[in-house]
Amino acid sequence: MWDIIVSSTPEIVWAGIKYTIPLAVISFIIGFIIAVFTAIVRITTPKGNPVVLFFWRLLKWFLNFYVWLFRSTPLLVQLFIIFFGLPNAGIQFNAFTAGIITFSLNTGAYCSETIRGAISSIPDSQWEAAYSIGMTHRQVLFRIIFPQALRVALPPLSNSFIGLVKDTSLASSITILEMFMVSQQITAKNYEPLLMYSIVAAVYAVFCTVLTILQHYLEKRMSRYVQVTGE
Amino acid sequence: MIKLEHVDKQYRDHHALNDINLTFEANQTTVILGPSGAGKSTLLRSLNLLERPQSGHYQIGAEQVDFSQEIPTKLVLKVRRMTGMVFQSWNLFPHLTIMQNITEGPIHVLNQSKAQAEQKALELLEEVGLADTKDRYPSQLSGGQQQRISICRALAMDPEYILFDEPTSALDPELEAQVLRVLLKLAQQQQSMIVVTHNIEFARRVADKIVFLEDGKIEFEGTVDEFFNHPTQRIHEFLTGMEF
Repeated sequence: MWDIIVSSTPEIVWAGIKYTIPLAVISFIIGFIIAVFTAIVRITTPKGNPVVLFFWRLLKWFLNFYVWLFRSTPLLVQLFIIFFGLPNAGIQFNAFTAGIITFSLNTGAYCSETIRGAISSIPDSQWEAAYSIGMTHRQVLFRIIFPQALRVALPPLSNSFIGLVKDTSLASSITILEMFMVSQQITAKNYEPLLMYSIVAAVYAVFCTVLTILQHYLEKRMSRYVQVTGE
Repeated sequence: MIKLEHVDKQYRDHHALNDINLTFEANQTTVILGPSGAGKSTLLRSLNLLERPQSGHYQIGAEQVDFSQEIPTKLVLKVRRMTGMVFQSWNLFPHLTIMQNITEGPIHVLNQSKAQAEQKALELLEEVGLADTKDRYPSQLSGGQQQRISICRALAMDPEYILFDEPTSALDPELEAQVLRVLLKLAQQQQSMIVVTHNIEFARRVADKIVFLEDGKIEFEGTVDEFFNHPTQRIHEFLTGMEF
């Protein structure tokens, strides 16, 4: 048994470094950008001429639809549609790209709600104080509100990231040779499913533990200004 | 000088500002008094354009605001730079240090250099006796200290007027006195100020002019002497109502 562990673990970890981690990290970064954009558009009502307003409303409607769509359908089905389905409509991606697209859009939909909620949780008095010193809407949003909202959003965002790391195992179903796929292949040769799947589970757990530690570190850093003191 | 003409704001079941005509002289301290819900804060916030009356005319310096029209963003920002605001619960930016709280506006709104903004901030902090707090965060300070910092934040923008919206209502008497001493100092330096307060003693000692507001209407407008020594029937009730 020890032999199997020693010989297969590096192979699984290597698949993790090659596919699982890049899939998760790249998708989360893109997803986060989508989420911030979506959240900000959904909470903003611009002043301006009717044409701008019309397109803004259209964009809002589209983003609402996007968030609804990706939260209402299973991730596995989304992967299948984008990788196996879209070629029928003449749109073809390689497996890795299809994975990135699906995971990004899925994470973006969930995280946009997290960020929207976090922004709403910052009291109006912060907006007013920033406006009162003559800041523009954009300055208030990005210099005053967003840094505070990010602190609020950090725990749920970490949740999403850790969830995403584990969800990348679904990429095995669209032919990506990530950790879970590799463990399945090794199992097919040595007929040790309990051992192999336990090993891969342990590697996922190690990855996620590292992320949890990172989360705690970031939380501490971002909360350095929050203190309870008496008068 | 600030001049308001026929300024009016109505909520569905509440007339917050009823045909307000007022001038606020430069280099003077105007104190706005009145019972709760009289429209004092609404009036003050309208001067900073955090509140938008539905009609009326507002002049500050050379800028003209017509409340019945959409106000251009540029004009809004300009008027806000001319009117600093100090809030009842100070509303400092919790994620920024004291120094950053004060220099945020000068650096990013007035485009001052960091060094220049920090030097001015230090001078202001010394003025209010809090220079040693510059690297701390707001949550590490008492309410009275935070309010004095927020006054520095407003002063750092070098506004024409500073608007105080019940600046001491959330403070206990000792901390209130710390803040009032700063206000008194500013008044002596001829800073143009408009102060909404419930502190009658402050009005008596510091105001150049008193405005008494009730139900969105101006009930009285005049000197401290008139207000306290020759009060109208209603003001007499208001003043004696506070004794026990």
